[in-house]
Amino acid sequence: MNQKDYEQLQTKLSPKTPIGLNVLKAFLVGGIICTVGQAISFFYIMNFDFTERTAGNPTVATMIFISLLLTGFGLYKKLGQFAGAGSAVPVTGFGNAVISAAIEHKTEGIVLGVGGNIFKLAGSVILFGVVSAFFVALVKLILVTIGVTHW
Amino acid sequence: MFTSFIIAFIVGGLICVIGQLLMDVGKLTPAHTLAILVVTGAILDGFGLYEPLIDFAGAGATIPITSFGNSLTHGALAEAEKHGWIGVLTGMFEVTSSGISAAIIFGFIGALIFRSKGNID
Repeated sequence: MNQKDYEQLQTKLSPKTPIGLNVLKAFLVGGIICTVGQAISFFYIMNFDFTERTAGNPTVATMIFISLLLTGFGLYKKLGQFAGAGSAVPVTGFGNAVISAAIEHKTEGIVLGVGGNIFKLAGSVILFGVVSAFFVALVKLILVTIGVTHW
Repeated sequence: MFTSFIIAFIVGGLICVIGQLLMDVGKLTPAHTLAILVVTGAILDGFGLYEPLIDFAGAGATIPITSFGNSLTHGALAEAEKHGWIGVLTGMFEVTSSGISAAIIFGFIGALIFRSKGNID
């Protein structure tokens, strides 16, 4: 059997991804998480000195606190198995990636284990976020400097 | 107020759908998917398109990981406007600090109080 035949056999035998169902679950769970976030930002806007735009910051921190509880009690993993991107894409998924890596490597010690592995899963998000932000800001600065666009 | 919840639900849900499609149709790993979404958020803010989305969708735009890319770029651009070249570096974490610091602090606390039973990650 050559490689092409093998690949065909593999696609035939491997279970089909239920894309429609996965998308629906991701939509519902992701939507619900964002609705919870909306409720939290209303709480900050009404009780503290935050506006619609600045409320994002405390809301994100609160959502990550919720992730700590869900991750610690093993519930976020279950949610992830059900929701796929619906629980991975919201910031709670970022929190889960950091917190679960920290807990997972606790046995290797607080410095080498927790400290060394805390960004094991979330590191790529931070890396690509920072690098892309750097280049976007740099390009825009150049464009403004040569007068193509303005701030 | 009720409509804002509906809009947050729909917009946040749709961003997650994009993520799910990248994973299922594009056959990308979750890590690649999240990296793409973050970069997309950063680029959208470069065109000044992400803040209007936040005005429209509230948490539907601030909760998905795309907002992380947006706030990194936003901080860098705001400082670059004030201080020029050096601002691109110094402004980066100005807006987005809460997400990273909350994740680090709660990650550390989590490691102190919880124990892995193979059901965490």
